[in-house]
Amino acid sequence: MGNKSKIKEKKLIVKGKTENLARIRTFIQSIASSVGFAQESIDNMILAVDEACTNIIKHAYKSYPEGEIIIKVKYEAKKLVITIIDYGKSFAPDSIPEPDIQEYYRQHKVGGLGIYLMRTLMDEVEYISIPGKYNQVLLSKSLTSTR
Amino acid sequence: MAEFSTSIKDQSGVSVVYLNGYLDAHTAPMLESNFSELISGGKFKIVVNFKDLVYISSAGLGVFMAFIEKIRENEGDIKLTTMNDKVYNIFDLLGFPLLYEIYKTEDDAIKKFVETDKLGK
Repeated sequence: MGNKSKIKEKKLIVKGKTENLARIRTFIQSIASSVGFAQESIDNMILAVDEACTNIIKHAYKSYPEGEIIIKVKYEAKKLVITIIDYGKSFAPDSIPEPDIQEYYRQHKVGGLGIYLMRTLMDEVEYISIPGKYNQVLLSKSLTSTR
Repeated sequence: MAEFSTSIKDQSGVSVVYLNGYLDAHTAPMLESNFSELISGGKFKIVVNFKDLVYISSAGLGVFMAFIEKIRENEGDIKLTTMNDKVYNIFDLLGFPLLYEIYKTEDDAIKKFVETDKLGK
């Protein structure tokens, strides 16, 4: 019977280790289903968040597994907004081109697929990076999104 | 927590790798070592059965990219089979169907290897 139009911000803080990805996915699943997203939309959000966190673990915190990943989720105006913050190496997502899979094959390259997936699966993806301070990626999806 | 596991069987000279659970950046190294072992054992004809795979991220997809060239150089291939729609959609979004043969059933994938072998003789 709860009011689903707005939830208080939920927060998860985990260390930047791949073993925590499963926990992060469960966190997103539980919030997104509590506000009424369809499972297909939830699956897309889970993958986008996994990709964002994997990038943080593999790149921002490459040599620092004790670094923290902070995930904040709020639901407002029928939109789920997921903010992911890390304090690792900064990152310039605009330098990542859209992947050309044939070219990837030739170069044995796989990086950059995650960013492409995030942009495809979410309504909005926005990076803010303050070098030496923190990086933030904001992912959002509206309840009526067709993605 | 058993979030991902694999098993391998040999059928008609083809190695069939069964994936189970969640394939992400944490579990991808397990599949990498499966492929490494097959390659070092001279087994280049590989069918990967996705029937019980629930989830894949780009780190999981990357494993296929990392090994495919070496395998094809040795007249082998990685053929994929029995994917659920959710997993197929991710492959499709990234253009993987251009690079990999994907079959409805495991038998079809194995048959394709056997037929190719016959043609080669």
